[in-house]
Amino acid sequence: MIDNGLPEGWELVVGLEVHVELATKTKLFSGSPNRFGDEPNTNIDPVTLGLPGALPVLNQHAVELAMRIGLALNCTVKPSTFHRKNYFYPDLSKAYQITQYDEPLNVDGFLMLPGGVRVGVERAHMEEDTGKSSHFGGAGGRIHGSDYSLIDFNRAGVPLVEIVSHPDVRTAEQARQYVNELRAILVAVGASDAKMEEGSMRCDANVSVRKYGAELGTRCEIKNVNSVRSLGKAIEYEARRQIDVLETGGTIRQETRHWDETDGRTHTLRAKVDANDYRYFLEPDLVMLAPDAEWVERVRAALPVLPAARRTNLAVLTGADEDSEAIAVVVERGQDTYIDEVKNSGGDAGRALVWVQQSFAEEGNAPRLPAKDLAALTVLERDGKLTATQAKTVLGDMLEAGGGDPAAIAASKGFEALDTSVIEGFVNEGIAVQPDAWAKYCAGEEKAMGALVGTIMKLSKGKADGKVVTAILQQRRGS
Amino acid sequence: MSNFTSATSIAQNVASGAQSAASVVEEHLQRISQREEEVHAFNLVTSTEARERAADLDARIARGENVGPLAGVPIALKDNMCTRGIPTTCSSKILEGWKPPYNATVIDKLFAAGAVFVGKTNLDEFAMGSSTENSAFGPTRNPLDTSRVPGGSSGGSAAAVAAGFAAVSLGSDTGGSIRQPAALCGVVGVKPTYGLVSRYGLVAFASSLDQIGPFSHSVADAALLTEIIAGHDPMDSTSIPKPAPSLVSVLGRGVERMRIGRVADLPEGADADVLARLDAAFVALEKAGATIVDVKLPSLSYALTAYYLIAPAEASSNLARYDGVRYGNRVAANDMNNMYADTRAAGFGDEVKRRIMLGTYALSAGYYDAYYGKALKVRRLISNDFAAAYANADVILTPTSPTIAFPFGAKTDDPLTMYLCDIFTIPTNLAGHPAMSVPFGTGQANMPVGVQILAPTLGEEAMFKVAAVLESAA
Repeated sequence: MIDNGLPEGWELVVGLEVHVELATKTKLFSGSPNRFGDEPNTNIDPVTLGLPGALPVLNQHAVELAMRIGLALNCTVKPSTFHRKNYFYPDLSKAYQITQYDEPLNVDGFLMLPGGVRVGVERAHMEEDTGKSSHFGGAGGRIHGSDYSLIDFNRAGVPLVEIVSHPDVRTAEQARQYVNELRAILVAVGASDAKMEEGSMRCDANVSVRKYGAELGTRCEIKNVNSVRSLGKAIEYEARRQIDVLETGGTIRQETRHWDETDGRTHTLRAKVDANDYRYFLEPDLVMLAPDAEWVERVRAALPVLPAARRTNLAVLTGADEDSEAIAVVVERGQDTYIDEVKNSGGDAGRALVWVQQSFAEEGNAPRLPAKDLAALTVLERDGKLTATQAKTVLGDMLEAGGGDPAAIAASKGFEALDTSVIEGFVNEGIAVQPDAWAKYCAGEEKAMGALVGTIMKLSKGKADGKVVTAILQQRRGS
Repeated sequence: MSNFTSATSIAQNVASGAQSAASVVEEHLQRISQREEEVHAFNLVTSTEARERAADLDARIARGENVGPLAGVPIALKDNMCTRGIPTTCSSKILEGWKPPYNATVIDKLFAAGAVFVGKTNLDEFAMGSSTENSAFGPTRNPLDTSRVPGGSSGGSAAAVAAGFAAVSLGSDTGGSIRQPAALCGVVGVKPTYGLVSRYGLVAFASSLDQIGPFSHSVADAALLTEIIAGHDPMDSTSIPKPAPSLVSVLGRGVERMRIGRVADLPEGADADVLARLDAAFVALEKAGATIVDVKLPSLSYALTAYYLIAPAEASSNLARYDGVRYGNRVAANDMNNMYADTRAAGFGDEVKRRIMLGTYALSAGYYDAYYGKALKVRRLISNDFAAAYANADVILTPTSPTIAFPFGAKTDDPLTMYLCDIFTIPTNLAGHPAMSVPFGTGQANMPVGVQILAPTLGEEAMFKVAAVLESAA
């Protein structure tokens, strides 16, 4: 049994519904720009506004991006259809949303979490976004009781893919991993910028609990989760709430609940009995979307290496742990190919990973520093010609200048590896300055080593190689 | 045959300089000023725009330009096609005053062909009706007998041509809305194959059934107009990705060795005078060398029922956008739901409300399978029946309307009687096939009777060949 943080015997069951905006130039059914942050109601046209007589025309690039998502999630791409989901709301210009219903484009896939858990993907279907309403006056920014409302139709018709998982997630941490991994895949395949804070990625969680071995419990859908962190908190809160209800003899009502970031709770939004009857029917203004096998294979063949495989490759290349922070961060930034280049230029991949993780946060996936220059630096370091501290200083100069010969920079700074006999001298001085630390270290207190090394490094003005200092100290202690 | 000049002749005369576009327009505007008050074919007569347009065409022709195959032809447009900057109302109060910011594709095509728009014609509100009595702006009268209806829903477009207000006009046909008024007004009316003419800019009634088509005095004019408005439009996903067919060139090829289908199990309901003209049409075609064959269409009797589930279902969705939020009329209320309700209660007429309710019900959870789902199955059966029939026949002949033009109010009390007007025209829309009505003599009260020619998908050539023969035999 995995640790889900819940009281003994309770199992958490979560399914996730993730909406992502596709990174197309234009909208799903019209030629208006798909762009975030523009002046309200500027990216509009007769189709977006649902003017009488306007007709939708499917954006081929959106289909291609949707297929990339499906294929990256190991789905089968199938002939599919569009339906109308009918409901009245001022920001829904046609009073129906065009969405895929019983015949979605992508079905039956899965996503492997970094820890090795397999989460099934039921479907990844296409649909259009609505406009954005803002309500002014009254209570809580809701339409009821507000003085007036404004609508921005720039978002209306923006292409979305909704990715629906099976209820295979068992912990809040897995839910976070799922969303993080999904986001990494979406970015990697170029389908979306997947920014939860800008709303280009939105996540709803279907949460239920049960006693191990029991039937699935009644689920509640949690909406308004605006970050991966909130997702975990919302799931944990909701699970505990449901357990409290069940343990005090109550029953869970199937409903949609709203996560409130400020009080850290979920609140009833609407019960299932109040749900709209959407009167779905086949959208008569569109024809079947049936990508031919040749198109599907072309998209599949053009898929980049996905994050999971890239992490494995980078771990092999650098000797680092596949689940380490460094591997995750560098792959997420797309800097793994850069490290590959450093290696190919004769550099040390393991050292390169350290430097890239520490110093390349602002560099993006195509760092300005030529790979051969970083390669040269890692060679100097590996060969003991530069200490880590010196290398960091040299790298700082190289990054600032956009390149350079690390050996020359090191020489100009007077950096040279100190002879072991000189370092022995600094060690002697250091022990003399820090007798207490030396005594503690000798008594087996490993933490005391830090103070000694720090002092010795300072005395050498950073020129001593920390690794050599450590080795000498260990040797003297006799361990 | 009428004594009005055909569009084909007008275009030839104007292009050659034998007649100015301005004089053609004045001639038609004059007839409008003489009879429009009585007929009420139009929601709006665009006389200023028409005169400006004619002057522009004359200037271009004087410079030696070719202004297109419809040079100077006055044309009337059903008021459910979007015209940039010109009110488009669908004869509904809810859209009164709304000016579209864009043109329907057919409008751009006609304009490029040199046509002159004279006005927007009256219709049953949102094209729902068979008599044009459902217009929010008052009924249109049949120019041949103003005590009678012109048919509908494109009654204004049919009447405009019949009265000589325009040489030709465009209508839309969802269940017979071009063919039935054409028959009742004694003009030619064509519903092309679904997808042959772009629907972009046609205000939707029932999207899977709607199709734009022409009204004219002659079969040749109808062929010319169909050629011009047809062809693939990337703005309409249901538009057939093929070039427009060549139709004028097939006229006069005759019907020798063609197989004309007679429906052995034709649903009952047609009046004797109408059936007599249908029989006469078969005789005329046989005489011209065609063979008459019996075909069976057993599911035809379910067509009306299926149509009155499918069309209202789509309409309930298509008309949901008229909520007072973005355009059209709004009735202010104390909250959003009341604003919706009051706006729609005030903006829609009874027939539109009836169909919205019918369609909403047919699509509702728990009723979908029994109503909408079953209607879709009937639709497939009808297509199958037609496919079997067309294995033995090139075209099929039926009455267009079961009756001649009826007096005002004759069918307004009972929606079902009104719905039965379309019993012979509806199956074509469900199948997506082309069909047209050609005047073929008169029935009771000396009122015209139309004969309907049905053809399979993209069977316009065969249909027009038969129409030309019937026209010359009428």
